[in-house]
Amino acid sequence: MMYEIRDLRLSFPDMTQKPLLGPAPRIEVLKGLSFDLPKGAVLGIVGGSGSGKSTLGRAMLRLLEPSAGSITFDGTDITHMQEAQLRGMRQRFQMIFQDPMSSLNPRRKVGGIIAGPLKLHGLDGLQARVDEALDMVGLPRSFAQRYPHELSGGQRQRVGIARAIALRPAFILADEIVSGLDVSSQAQVLNLLGELVRELGLTLAFVSHDLSVIRRLCDRVLVLHQGVIVEEGETAALFEAPQEAYTRALLEAIPLPDPDQPWE
Amino acid sequence: MRDARGDVKRPIGLRLWLSGGWLTLLVLSAVFAPLIAPKDPLMQDLFLGRMPPFWMEGSEPGYFLGTDSLGRDVLSRMLYGARLALIVALVAGTITCVIGATLGLIAGYYRGWPDRIISRFVDIWMAFPPVLFAILLIAVLGPGLMSIIIAIVVIDWTRFARVVRAEAMSQGAMDYVASAQVAGRTRFGTMLTEILPNVLPTIVALLTLEMGIAVIVEAILSFVNLSISTDSPTWGGMISEGRTSVHQAWWVLVFPLITLFLTVLSFSQLGEGLKDRFDPVLR
Amino acid sequence: MSSYLTIKNLTVRLKNGAPILRAVSLDVAAGQVHGLVGESGAGKSMIGKAVLGTLPRALQVTSGEIWLDGVDLLSLPASERRRRIGATAALIPQDPLTALNPSKRIGPQITRRLVDILGWRKQDAEARALDLLGEVHIPDPARVMRSYPHELSGGMRQRILIASAFAAEPKLIIADEPTTALDVTVQKQILRLIGEMQARHNTALLFVTHDLGVVSKVCDTLSVLYAGKVVEEARMQRFFMRPIHPYSAALLAATPTYTNPDSSLTPVPQTVTDAVEREVREHDLRAGA
Repeated sequence: MMYEIRDLRLSFPDMTQKPLLGPAPRIEVLKGLSFDLPKGAVLGIVGGSGSGKSTLGRAMLRLLEPSAGSITFDGTDITHMQEAQLRGMRQRFQMIFQDPMSSLNPRRKVGGIIAGPLKLHGLDGLQARVDEALDMVGLPRSFAQRYPHELSGGQRQRVGIARAIALRPAFILADEIVSGLDVSSQAQVLNLLGELVRELGLTLAFVSHDLSVIRRLCDRVLVLHQGVIVEEGETAALFEAPQEAYTRALLEAIPLPDPDQPWE
Repeated sequence: MRDARGDVKRPIGLRLWLSGGWLTLLVLSAVFAPLIAPKDPLMQDLFLGRMPPFWMEGSEPGYFLGTDSLGRDVLSRMLYGARLALIVALVAGTITCVIGATLGLIAGYYRGWPDRIISRFVDIWMAFPPVLFAILLIAVLGPGLMSIIIAIVVIDWTRFARVVRAEAMSQGAMDYVASAQVAGRTRFGTMLTEILPNVLPTIVALLTLEMGIAVIVEAILSFVNLSISTDSPTWGGMISEGRTSVHQAWWVLVFPLITLFLTVLSFSQLGEGLKDRFDPVLR
Repeated sequence: MSSYLTIKNLTVRLKNGAPILRAVSLDVAAGQVHGLVGESGAGKSMIGKAVLGTLPRALQVTSGEIWLDGVDLLSLPASERRRRIGATAALIPQDPLTALNPSKRIGPQITRRLVDILGWRKQDAEARALDLLGEVHIPDPARVMRSYPHELSGGMRQRILIASAFAAEPKLIIADEPTTALDVTVQKQILRLIGEMQARHNTALLFVTHDLGVVSKVCDTLSVLYAGKVVEEARMQRFFMRPIHPYSAALLAATPTYTNPDSSLTPVPQTVTDAVEREVREHDLRAGA
C-alpha cells in the first residue's frame, strides 16, 4: 500500500470565535477518514468547497499535522513525524499545485525551479535531469532560461509537473491542477499527466471539484462532503451506479455540453 | 495567456536617471570635497560677511554662492556638509534596514511566538514620540556622529519591521513556499531562498526612503544644535544659522534647504525606481 | 425585430491601437438568452463591459454601435449615457464575495439603486426588495435585509445579487461568469434561478461564460469568440449538433464529460489555432485597409 489512512482527523483554531482569554475553539475539517491507496492507483478525491479535499491532500504530504488518527506512507507512520525526519522522505512524495503562478517563485527561471529540489536532495547531473524533465512534459529545453510570467497557464502547469517528476517520486498529489486553465490547455495537461503516470508507474491522488475530469483520469474515486467520506469506489461503478444521494446530486448537477441532457 | 503586465514596456525611468544622477553628484562632491571646495569651510573672514551669490551685485569673486554672517563660503560648507549627510544616510539607513528587516522577516514568516514577541515589542516601541525620543537619547549619549546614527536606528527600525513582516506574511501564504517545503527545504532555507528575494524590492525601496529620512533627521538634530560639534558644517546647522539672517542673506538658508530637499526626494524616487527594476514581471 | 440589445461592428482597442474586440456584432431580443463563449483573453467579458460603459481605462471603443432599447448609446453624451444604462441595464457579477459592500447591510445595497437612480420612495424600494428576495427563494427576507454579507453563504449572496440586478426591471441583464466561483450543486440552483427570473421578467440576457456545459443549459443562442473576434454565431441546438467553425468543434472536443469517459480529450489542435489566428490577422488587414 502506498497510503494507509486510519480515522484521520484534523482541526484548525477558529480565530473568529476566539474568546478574549484562552484558546480559540477548533473547527474539525477532517472528521475521521479511513481509506487505503494501493501502489500504482490513480485516486480521485472529489468534493465541494469546504469538503476538506485540499486539507486531506496537504495532510497526506504532511504539510499539515493531523490532530488524531494515523497516516502510513509506504509502511512508515508519518502522522506526527518531525519536519527534519520528513525532509529525507520528501523526495518520495511530491505535489503539483493548483495555481502555477503562485507555486512557481516569480524570481527564478524555470531551470532553477526544477533544479532546486534536485539540489536539496543531493542528486547529481542536474542539467541532464532538468532537460529530461522538460522533455517529459513536452516543453523545449530552452524554456529553462525563462521566467514563469513569460509562459502561458498550460506551460506553467507543465513546469509544475516537471518539478514534481524530476525527483522521481513514488507518489504525486495533484491539487486542482486544471481548474485555472482553459479547456484547451486543460485537455493537454490531463493527457500529459495520464501518460506520465502510466510511464513512470506513479501513484497519484487527484484532488478536484470536477467529476468529468476525474472520470477521465482516475480509476478510484473518493467523494468527500463536509470532512467525511460519503462514498468510495471504482470509478466506473461509482459513476454508473452511485450509492449515495450526495454523489447522485453531485453528478446530476454537472451541466453537460448537450442541450438535450435532462437537467431538472 | 501571458501575464499582460509584462507586455507594458516601461520607459527607462527618467526619475531613476534624475535621482541617481543627483545622488551620484552628491557622492562625488562628498568624496572629493577637499579637492573641489574653493575655500576652507571653517575659515572665517568677518570683512567678507554676508556676501551675495555670484550673479548678484556686490558679490565677491571666488565665493560662488555667497558667504554667511561669519564670512564662511556657503558652497564649501555645503560640499563638506554632504559628507556628513551621506555618512549618516548610508550607515544609519543600512543598520536600521538590517535590524528591522530581519525581525520583520522572522515575524512574518515564522509567525507563532516569534511574531507575537516581535510585534508586541514594535507596538510598544512605536508608542514613544520619535523626535522627543531622539533628543532625549542624544542628551544622554552626548552629541556626535555615533549618537545621531544610534538615534535614527532606534527610532526607525520599527518601520522596516512592520512593512517587511506584512510582506513576508503575504509571500508566506503563496504556494511556492509550500512547494519548497514539499521539496524538502528547511524553514530557514525557505526564508532565505524563497521569501527574502521576493521581499527584497520592498526592502530596497524602504532602505532608500530611510536614507532620505536619515538625512532629514540629521538636519533636524543639527537644527536644534544636537548634532555634531557646531564647527563641522552640516546642512541642518547651516539652515539653523541661515534662519536668523534670512532677511539680510537669504542664500545662507535657501541653498542648503534646496540641496536637502533634492537629496531626500532623490532617495525616495530612487527607491521606487529600483523597486520596479527588481521585479522580474515589471522589468 | 424587437432587439433590446444590438451591437454592430464594435471595435475596442488598447490605447496603443492593439485591438481587443474586432468588429463584434450581435443581437439579443426580449426574453432571449445569448451566450458569449471563449477562453481567457478572448474578450468575452469586454463586450459586457463596453455595453455597461465600464471598460478599463486603458481600453476605448474606436468604432461600432451599441443600441440599447432603441437608443445608440455611443451617440449619447456621457452623462446621458450613464443615466440610460443605469435605468435599462444591470449586471450579475462573477464574484459574490467582492460584489457586496462588506460594511453595509443587504437591504440598503438593494434599494440604493432604486432610490438614487430611479427616484423611488424609500418605503416602495424596500417593499420591492422584499418581494424580490422572496422571488429568488430566500427564506425570511426581512431578516436577510438586515444582515451583513459575511453572515450569508456564497450561494445566498449570489441570489441577492440576482435580486438586485432585477430590482429596477432592466431591459438587459449582463451575467459575467455568475457561477464560476460556486460549487456545482449551488451552480445548478443559481443557473435555474437566473433562467426563471429572466423568463418571468422577459429580460434580454447576455451570459458570459467559459463553460460550454453551462451555455447549453441556459442560452438560446451563442457567439464563440477568439481573440476578440466572433468566429461562430449559432442557435443552441444546431451548435451542439453541428458546430461549423473548426475552432468551435475543437473546443467542444476538448471539454471533458463524465458520461463519455472513453472519448479521449482532444486538445485544440495546433492546425486549428493556426487557422483561426490567420483568420484574425486577415480581419486586421481588411480593417486596416
